[in-house]
Amino acid sequence: MRRMAFALPLLLFGAVAVWMAVPLIRGDDPSILPSALIDRPAPEFDLPALPGVAGGLARTDLAGSVRLVNFFASWCVPCLAEHPLLTRMAREDGIPVFGVNYKDATANATAWLARHGNPYERVGADGDGRMAIDWGVYGVPETFVVDREGHIRFRHAGPLTPEIVRDQLLPLIAELSG
Amino acid sequence: MSLLRKAAMAALTLCLCVATAHAVEPDERLEDAVLEERARELSKELRCLVCQNQSIDDSNADLARDLRILVRQRLVAGDSDAQVLAFVTDRYGDYVLLRPPIQPNTYALWFGPLAIMVIVAIGLAVVMRRRFDVSTEPDPLTPDERRRVDELLRRSSENRDKDGAA
Repeated sequence: MRRMAFALPLLLFGAVAVWMAVPLIRGDDPSILPSALIDRPAPEFDLPALPGVAGGLARTDLAGSVRLVNFFASWCVPCLAEHPLLTRMAREDGIPVFGVNYKDATANATAWLARHGNPYERVGADGDGRMAIDWGVYGVPETFVVDREGHIRFRHAGPLTPEIVRDQLLPLIAELSG
Repeated sequence: MSLLRKAAMAALTLCLCVATAHAVEPDERLEDAVLEERARELSKELRCLVCQNQSIDDSNADLARDLRILVRQRLVAGDSDAQVLAFVTDRYGDYVLLRPPIQPNTYALWFGPLAIMVIVAIGLAVVMRRRFDVSTEPDPLTPDERRRVDELLRRSSENRDKDGAA
């Protein structure tokens, strides 16, 4: 036993090295924060519609179906990057997506939707960003999965990628809808 | 330039430096100096989630400004400091607090370094004691060793006697 004591610091070092290497190799982004709202009821909100866009969005609209709630803005470049993915989920997978237009100029927002297509079932205008703060949003785009009872089950900060949609969003939505 | 003017210039420069050291804009400030002071102190406790290593008091990010205004709105509405912090952590989680609260999931953070120090100190003490221990008696000599020691002592005293005689 005494003769093995020299291996103890080595073992300790190995354990710490593995613990630190795993997130590095996995490519985790430490700046992405967990949401404080997971498994909690979605906060209250009541947003006006954008002119000419189906919408007006309130807490009560969430009930009844598993949905995505996507915070976006016309001035946000990553939002444009994830736009085709949202469109595909809405049109091909039949997943209802609510859009929250974050701190945007009305004319810019409607022009952006007209130009790139509107995947959203309804859009609400969060002009002063207060709904975003209530939802713990710290930058657009952010995407939430809300279950039938109106509880937040998942949040992704930053643009969606095909991998996130395939590995996380679609399985979770299927599970919640099942 | 007179000494007075130099002093005045220095004071002005200093004021300008202080003014640029934080990001609070004039239109955000509250009329009530006491509330404003509390708002400033609270803002220094809250992390800007966009920059992540600045307080919202220091940050020029848009969200930091929104949160500064929110803090002031809560104070004007009559919230205590603790209520304001609770309002923000309710939405953004404990990560917004620049000083993590002491609770079960932060024990490792707060007490881990202390625990490591204690463990190292104990380990060091054990090793040192073992290495420099003089308090315990050495093992008694075996009869054979005793005989050899006597022999050596006898021989050396004989040699000394010879040297003395020479």
